[in-house]
Amino acid sequence: MSALLEVRGIGKRFGGLQAVSDVSFNLNEGEILGLIGPNGAGKTTLFNLVNGVFKADKGSITFWGKDITGHSPDQVVHLGLARTHQIVRPLSGMSVLENVIVGACFGRAYQSMRDARATALEVLAKVGMASRAHSSARSLTLAFKKRLEVARALAARPKLLLLDEVLAGLNPTEIAQMIDLVRSIRDSGISVFMIEHVMQAIMNLSDRIVVLNLGRKIAEAPPAEVVQNSDVVEAYLGFPDIVDKLRGAQ
Amino acid sequence: MILRRPLFWLILVLAGLFAWFPQHNNNVALREDLILVAVAIILTTNLNLMIGYTGYVNFGHIVFYGLGGYIGLYLATVRGWHLITAALTAGVVVSLFALLFGLGILRLRGAYFALATIGVLVAVQAFVSNFEPWGRSTGMYVAFDSYAPLGGPKHALWTTYFLIIGVMALSLILSLGIKSSKFGLGLFAIREDEDAAIVLGVNATVFKAIIYSVSAFLPAVAGALMFFKNGMIDPSIAFEYMLSLEGIVMLMLGGQGTVAGSALGAALYERLRSYLLTSPRLSGFHLVIAGALLLLVIRLAPGGLIGWFYRLVPRSREVIE
Repeated sequence: MSALLEVRGIGKRFGGLQAVSDVSFNLNEGEILGLIGPNGAGKTTLFNLVNGVFKADKGSITFWGKDITGHSPDQVVHLGLARTHQIVRPLSGMSVLENVIVGACFGRAYQSMRDARATALEVLAKVGMASRAHSSARSLTLAFKKRLEVARALAARPKLLLLDEVLAGLNPTEIAQMIDLVRSIRDSGISVFMIEHVMQAIMNLSDRIVVLNLGRKIAEAPPAEVVQNSDVVEAYLGFPDIVDKLRGAQ
Repeated sequence: MILRRPLFWLILVLAGLFAWFPQHNNNVALREDLILVAVAIILTTNLNLMIGYTGYVNFGHIVFYGLGGYIGLYLATVRGWHLITAALTAGVVVSLFALLFGLGILRLRGAYFALATIGVLVAVQAFVSNFEPWGRSTGMYVAFDSYAPLGGPKHALWTTYFLIIGVMALSLILSLGIKSSKFGLGLFAIREDEDAAIVLGVNATVFKAIIYSVSAFLPAVAGALMFFKNGMIDPSIAFEYMLSLEGIVMLMLGGQGTVAGSALGAALYERLRSYLLTSPRLSGFHLVIAGALLLLVIRLAPGGLIGWFYRLVPRSREVIE
């Protein structure tokens, strides 16, 4: 397996806050890579650095053999790296179908309007939204808005998809459907890099997991090892020996 | 295909009627009324490309019209160019000027962009008022012999009228064409959420600069023709601030984002304005009406007349674009 995405020593500072510092990792082709960490760990900032919303202060990013450090988000998506937003951003005044057509028109495929329409209908069927194609994007429930985010990104025909908390706020049935969708995306040959707080889901889905805390990478391992890692437990629960101390006090 | 869209044919019929009716019974008064309607439609449809399609409010749209008028008049009278060549050159030069400015000020968003467009208007007016070759604050007059290549003054006025009707038809067709194009889809995406549009792959900087430049072209051509027809130009009539604001009223009244709405709003408002301006009791009152109208539209029918009609007859959306 070759690395599709290589992040080397990436860093970003906002004023006095070092949001991400010296993070390096690889994402292999065909892989689902999870990204977890407590609130404020820098996960979304890392996504924003990878897809070019923020310019990195330090380090480099290579995608599919090309150096994309400093590229703008529209250039990045043309190269085949699409993303969804944690806080959904539908183009509210447009229909669901038109939203997805935008993705197809300006994504990696850069399709004509006619081809984009066909792609959009196909992608909407894949995410289970075919019946809503002509609804207004504004009128959708949160679960459907999240799927719309995924559909728009998929319509770009990406090589790698960044999913930013697509499960947050969904009910158990919706989560199960979304998990199936993510698996089917990977099976169709698109690699996935996902931020998620729903632990059970990310442990199930990911081949490997990168853990961030306070902007630094504290672990990178398969799910089973990550949960055993003392740094990770500490990041989430505080000092691990607290558990022992509490037990001793009983 | 644009040929399959009802509105395209309607535009041609409308332009045909505009051209045929006054000439048919040699009604010069009607021609002068219609020319003002045509110019209002040209300015409003092109302003709609910025406000309605892209979501960027341009308060200084009239600068394209005035600058086009100056360049056109200068080339046609001082340099002795043919009117059509002069008008087209004015359009190209103003578009390039807009492209240059656009790349600078379109980095701003929302209210800051709107303020910058006022700045452009004021700066250009100040420049022209002090520019010796264009007659500073006294402006320029059309030399009588400039009408000669067009077959004398009487004939020249009719020719100019037909040209302006042509520019009106082109403005409407341009809006219609952009609306259904991939380029137009990118603009709509920018209007809805610029950051999301960029993440979806829309090169917003380039798209905005292009549409700002495109929206300058036909108004500049119209300005060249119109001021040539009027026979004179000076900085206060070329860059009339109020006309810039009234353009926004016309757009909101008809329905921003729609081709039919911008034309309808322009025509209705222009007729009302002419009536008020020429009425002995209400003269000078038209801006009060404009303000009240804008408030009413924003409050009661944010989609304008066309938006209101869409709600009455939802299926009309596919025919009346």
